[in-house]
This record gives sequence, C-alpha cells and structure tokens, in this order.
Amino acid sequence: MSDVAIHVEHLAKRYRIGAIVEPYRTLRDALAGLLRVPFGRRAVEEAETTLWALDDVSFDIKRGDVVGIIGGNGAGKSTLLKILSRITAPTRGRARIIGRVGSLLEVGTGFHPELTGRENIYLNGAILGMARHDIAGKFDAIVAFAEVERFIDTAVKYYSSGMYVRLAFAVAAHLEPEILIVDEVLSVGDARFQQKCLGKMDDAAKSGRTVLFVTHNMASVQRLATSALLLERGRLVGSGAVRSMVAQYLGGHSQAHYHVDHRTGQPQFLEAHLVSDVGQPVARVLNTDTFGFRIRYVLPRAQAGIKVGIGVLAADGTHVFTSGTDDVAIELPGDALEYEALVIVPGDTLLAGDYHLALCLWDVGQIFDLQEPALTFSLEHGPSVLYARGSDRKGFVHVPCQWTVAPAMTMASLP
Amino acid sequence: MSITAITDIEPSDGLRPIDTHELWAFRELLYFLVWRDVKVRYKQTVLGAAWAILQPVLTMAVFAVFLGHLAHMPSDGLPYPLFSYAGLVPWTYFSTAVASGAGSVVGSQQLISKVYFPRLLIPFAAAVTPLVDFAIAMVTLVALLVWYHVTPGIGLLWTPLFVLLALATAMTVSLWLSALTVVYRDFRYIVPFFLQFWMFATPVVYPASIVPAKWRLLMGLNPMTGVVEGFRWALVGGPAPGPIVFVSAAVVLVLFVSGLFFFRRTEGTFADVI
Repeated sequence: MSDVAIHVEHLAKRYRIGAIVEPYRTLRDALAGLLRVPFGRRAVEEAETTLWALDDVSFDIKRGDVVGIIGGNGAGKSTLLKILSRITAPTRGRARIIGRVGSLLEVGTGFHPELTGRENIYLNGAILGMARHDIAGKFDAIVAFAEVERFIDTAVKYYSSGMYVRLAFAVAAHLEPEILIVDEVLSVGDARFQQKCLGKMDDAAKSGRTVLFVTHNMASVQRLATSALLLERGRLVGSGAVRSMVAQYLGGHSQAHYHVDHRTGQPQFLEAHLVSDVGQPVARVLNTDTFGFRIRYVLPRAQAGIKVGIGVLAADGTHVFTSGTDDVAIELPGDALEYEALVIVPGDTLLAGDYHLALCLWDVGQIFDLQEPALTFSLEHGPSVLYARGSDRKGFVHVPCQWTVAPAMTMASLP
Repeated sequence: MSITAITDIEPSDGLRPIDTHELWAFRELLYFLVWRDVKVRYKQTVLGAAWAILQPVLTMAVFAVFLGHLAHMPSDGLPYPLFSYAGLVPWTYFSTAVASGAGSVVGSQQLISKVYFPRLLIPFAAAVTPLVDFAIAMVTLVALLVWYHVTPGIGLLWTPLFVLLALATAMTVSLWLSALTVVYRDFRYIVPFFLQFWMFATPVVYPASIVPAKWRLLMGLNPMTGVVEGFRWALVGGPAPGPIVFVSAAVVLVLFVSGLFFFRRTEGTFADVI
C-alpha cells in the first residue's frame, strides 16, 4: 500500500438528467412535490431521470506515476477529476489520496478583473492552497514565467487574453504538490508558451511527482504519461500502457464521417467528410490519389483570429502530420456564420493503412473544439512502385528519396 | 516525507463531523477572500467609505424625523437620533452581512465548480467583510456621542462581546441561508423581504422596554434583540439588557451548530446543483 498515491474503490456518481436543464429546486416545487407525491412513485421517477456519469470505477495509481485519463465526450473523465479534487462528492464508493494534492481544473480560478496582477497572484495562490509566504517566495518567478513584469500593478481587466492566460498558468505552474490533478490546462497560450507549459509538466513528472491528467490530446498523453486509464460511458474499460490504451480508444471511435447536432455555443465543428481531389465525398481512396477533407464549422459569435487545423494520426495514435490555416498564413473570416473548409492532401504522401483524422479549432488564447479522432479513414494500395512486392511497408509516409549507388572507389573520388 | 497528508473521499450524505484542522489550515484563504471583497468594494464604488457612513446616517435621519420627532417613539431617555443610530449600526452590519452571505455560495459558482476548499469559508467571509463598514460607521457613532455629550459607562468594556455576538449571528444566518439558497433558488427573493421583516421584529428603532416585561425574554429568541439592546447599552447607556442576551447567545449557539451540520450535509453536491 505504501507506494500507492491514489486508491479508488467502486467510485460512482449519479446525476439527475433533469439537472442539466434546471439543476436546482425551488421551494415551491418542493412543497408542490410533497403534496403530490408523498410516497411511492419517487423510485420510478428516479430510474428514468438519472445518469451514472461514473459507474463502479476502481484503480490504483502508484507514487511517481504520470497517468493520462482518456475517453470520449461523456466518458466520465471530468467527473472523475471532480471527485478526486473534492469538488463534488461521489454517490457511492470511496477514494483515498495519500500525499498533498493540488488540483487544476482551470487556470485563473478566482481571478478578479478589478484586482491587479500582483493581487490576483496572491488571491489565486491562496485559492489553490498555497501559503502566503510560499507565494511571496515564488512571486518573482511567477511574474517572470508569465512575462508580465510591466503590468503587474495593472488591473487584469486591462490584460490581453494572452497575458491573462499566461499569468493564470504561471501561478498554477508554481503550485508544487506531491500529487497533481490536471484537466487539459495545457491547451492555453500561443505555441511558444505551450512549449513552456509542457516543459513545466515534464519537470513535474520527472521530479517524481504523481500526476493525473485528463486530456483530449493524444499527443500530450503520449508525450507525458507513463500509463493511461481509458473510460467509456462512465466505466473503466482499460488501463495500462499509453500506446495500447490510445490505440484502443481510437479504434473504438472509428467512424467514416464526423457529425454533431449538439451545439455548445462555442466555435465548433459540425461535420467532416473524406473527399476526393474534387471535393466529392468518398468512402475510401488510394494512397496514390490526391484526397482531402471537407470540414464544416460554425462561429456562434463574431470571432477574429480563429484558426482551423487537422492532424492525421496513425492507428496507434502517433501524429503523422498536422496542418493548419496558420501554416499558410490564411486570415479566416470572423463573422458569426457557418463555414466550410476544404483541405487537400497531395497524393502519394501517406502509405496505405488506417488513419484517424483529428480536428482543431483554436485561437491564441484557447482551444474551442478539439476532436481527436473526428473520423477514421483507410488508404488502400494505389498503383505505386512501393507496393510492387506486396503490402507490407514500415512507416507512415512516402518520402521520394534520391538514391545513387556506384562502386565505392568512384564515390571516394568525388570532390 | 515524514508527515503524509491523507485525503479520504466519500459520499456526503449522513452526519459528517466538522473538520476543524482543515478550517485552520485554510485560515489564510478566509483572510484573502475578505481582503478581495473589501478591495473590490472600495475600488468599484465612487462613494467607497462614505457609503458606510451615509447608509445608517440617512436611515437614522428618516427614523428620527418620522418616529422620533413626529410619532414621539420612546427611546429609554436617550436622544432619539443617538438611540436609533446606536441600533442601526449593528443592524446595518447584520443585514449587509446576511444579504451578501445568503447569495455568497451561489455567487461563488466559478470557484466552487473548479477548486476545492472548505465551502464554509464562503459564507464566513461574506459575514466578516462588512465589519469594515461597521468600523467606519462606529466613527460616526463616536462623533454623535460627543455631539450629545454622552459618556459611555463601564458597559463600554462589553462592546467587543456584543460585536462578537453580532458576527456570530451574521455567520449563523449566512450559513443557513447560503446553503438554502443553493438548494431552493427562490430564497433569493425571500431574503430581502425576510430582512425587512426582521428589522421590525428587532428593537432597532424602538426600545425593547415598550414590550410588556413578561414577553421581553421571548424577544431574546431573536438573537438580534440581544445584539442591538446589548450594543446600545454598552455604548450609549440606558437599561441593561439582562438575561435577554443569554437567551440570544444560546439561540445563536444552537442555530450555529445545527447550521454547520446542515451546510456540511449539502456542500458535497453544491458543485452539481449550482
């Protein structure tokens, strides 16, 4: 037991589904309910309107492990983190955490726009559980990390969103608990700042700290985690090596095209299809053909600076390549409309095989929608010299290399 | 790693003990929450500290004209403006504290859904913050004492105790109302009415002595009776409140302890229903 940091036993959490519409009761309803249904019926009603967001989940996490929790939307990842962070109590089961816990479900929790950067560092630090002398000791490091020295005595309501996020993350990054519980806070700031944040996470992991984090981002899970937990509809369906968990997760989510009806109110993807070089939806393509993706997204509010990107992942979750509108310096329109993007991948670049497509919609400050995977597609052997001798080739891409072979004497005598 | 912290996570139903160690460990957060509210309050309002003086002074002026001057309300032999102001200072503190305390948990949704700390600190901080306004209003009270040439007696030494009782009452009521407001959202509309009603049930603008003696002890069941009567006696004189204070203190104690358990029982699901 001594090397266990987090012990979870039959943890379960029930939500009322009605709760999503109107979570709270009113005294009026309570009184009316009491008059109408004094006994009986209640149990029946309960069965119809409840959802087990987490259902009989048990696992142990060893001290020093860095564990990624993966799973689709509604798998219970956030609920699990909320219970382990003590934000909400479980309905059943129990958990024990051995060691000082710090949890970050959001950066900048409790930041007050009227207060200055300096004041917010102290306030936010205290909210995250740091002692005042602790914050004072790390103050300069936090300010330097956030790169806001000049504005430290300005109210944060005047900060740009980038500065705000950097300051918020900087405070969080200087929290040094034995066990760190994190929810996708990596996805903040510009690329350079993200690198800095990932570096900080690496440090945390390497310094022997136990880290438990939720992510949609298969790259960060593979980069940071030593093992992974896979949740599906509230149940723990697998745990173990990161690669096999990621592959299992991606495999379980293969769909030919992406489509959502539920609107989040944020910029989001609505649809995505695999298409031919002329933009016609197709079921499969040859690896030698030019193909592409037709992607529909919506901006519910006018939003400047939005960027769209895709990532192509191999079956095991390895990123083969990523591409975004920022690579080609396209300024996307920011009006509140639905848009359609067409991205064309040149033929004869990927090898035949099964791939997943990831979609990302973001701006400098944050990720609005990340679907990983959004859809799964197959490339079949095209009429390529690569497959002349059969189907097996290692790797993912076709790099048309130059080859020269000549007797060694000649090579040596080259200038 | 000599001392290892252990956190046990369990369902929140049933009676759960109050974790005093944890509350103590988070005492700095209470300080920071109060500090934040005070800072923001004085940064945002143009009137700032002046408001803390104006509110009870204007209320006092209205009561002095209508009740003191026109209706000849008895005031235990004290000048009516001084009498009513000495009652309005603790009352204004209490009603400000309760009004913000009742909505404090619902208003802290952002914090509650993202980070753990003892939720008790939220209504407590809301009850402590208006003490700053209270202190400012006290300055005016001293000025009035000088103006009316009233010298406080030995009772003055009791003042801190009555301030403490006012704080305890405000904390207790905030505790109950903040949890109830989370569970039953219509409390938001009930609280302002409730406070108005409560003010007239408390001897703020009239003396407890106008109530027949045999009923007076019963008035102590309203803890603010003990606070207001005691506070006024300690600073400006008049008849000593006597056993009313003990009845009030006992009521506060019972309500406080039961409120703690009620709050603890409901806090586990705050994040789900907020």
